[in-house]
Amino acid sequence: MEIEVLEGVFDANEIIARENRALLDEVGAFMVNLMASPGAGKTSFIMKTLEGLAGEMKAAVIEGDIAGKVDSERIAATGVPAIQINTGGSCHLEARQINTALDRLDLEGVRLVIVENVGNLVCPAEFKLGEDLKVMILSVAEGDDKPLKYPLMFSESDVLIVNKIDLIPHTDFDMEVLEETVRKMNPAVEIFKVSCRTGDGLDSWINWLKERLT
Amino acid sequence: MHEMSVCESMLEVVLKHAQRNRADKVTAINMVLGEFSTVMPESVQFYFDIISKDTVAEGASLNFRRTKLIARCEECGDEFEVVEYDFTCPGCKGEKTEIISGREFQVESIEIN
Repeated sequence: MEIEVLEGVFDANEIIARENRALLDEVGAFMVNLMASPGAGKTSFIMKTLEGLAGEMKAAVIEGDIAGKVDSERIAATGVPAIQINTGGSCHLEARQINTALDRLDLEGVRLVIVENVGNLVCPAEFKLGEDLKVMILSVAEGDDKPLKYPLMFSESDVLIVNKIDLIPHTDFDMEVLEETVRKMNPAVEIFKVSCRTGDGLDSWINWLKERLT
Repeated sequence: MHEMSVCESMLEVVLKHAQRNRADKVTAINMVLGEFSTVMPESVQFYFDIISKDTVAEGASLNFRRTKLIARCEECGDEFEVVEYDFTCPGCKGEKTEIISGREFQVESIEIN
């Protein structure tokens, strides 16, 4: 006998993502889901963003890693509350883990929550967390051909940060090729070209984010 | 890579419906899998065989119906197949499009005894 089911495998995750969304709305917090490969500069980018917003609004960070608490310690050293989630081998964060982390955070007065997803260009794109904004980083050394190899993440992201632009002269990275490929996949994407090392380009990203937050 | 956690959610859906219909055995699971999904059918079967042991779904065969990546242009309303991830509308060159199929990962039906 055949039984109709018509239930999405990600439905359960999406229900919790909506709960997270409702909880964040209640306290008036905006959540960014930051995704990138390992080593693209996610933590440095978060630290630069927090620096740029310092004194203007209260922020908190949720760090997702397979193991260790290196990243949350780096963030906590700046005085911004940070929660570490260890996924224990899992390649992405799920809404349930964010739900637990939000419970542990003191969200009183917090306007911005940044979630640093597990370093991976594939899996995090499939799992909604209840975020307002999906931001991804591509670093120059990874190459301008990545959008065609990891199309889902590039097409799902609201913002693409191209990091480490100070390295461009030392590579074959072609910014025009990258932009052309990404725009076809995702015409509405906002692109910011930055270097967390030199500070180049970070102002325009921070100003753009501030506009969304105020 | 996330097939293991995906399989756990999939098994939950299958077992819930199997129990609701008082199934002794689930013989087949019919899935819809979009072309744009990152899930790999072979890995899903591999993990499913492991985690479904000692449940009514043990030994069930998984069938995958693939759907193409189709988008709808929000400007002219045309629906078109997205080729090589180019989401520009081939008709009016509109850039605001919405995916209407190709992202599914759904349990469509189960076959039970």
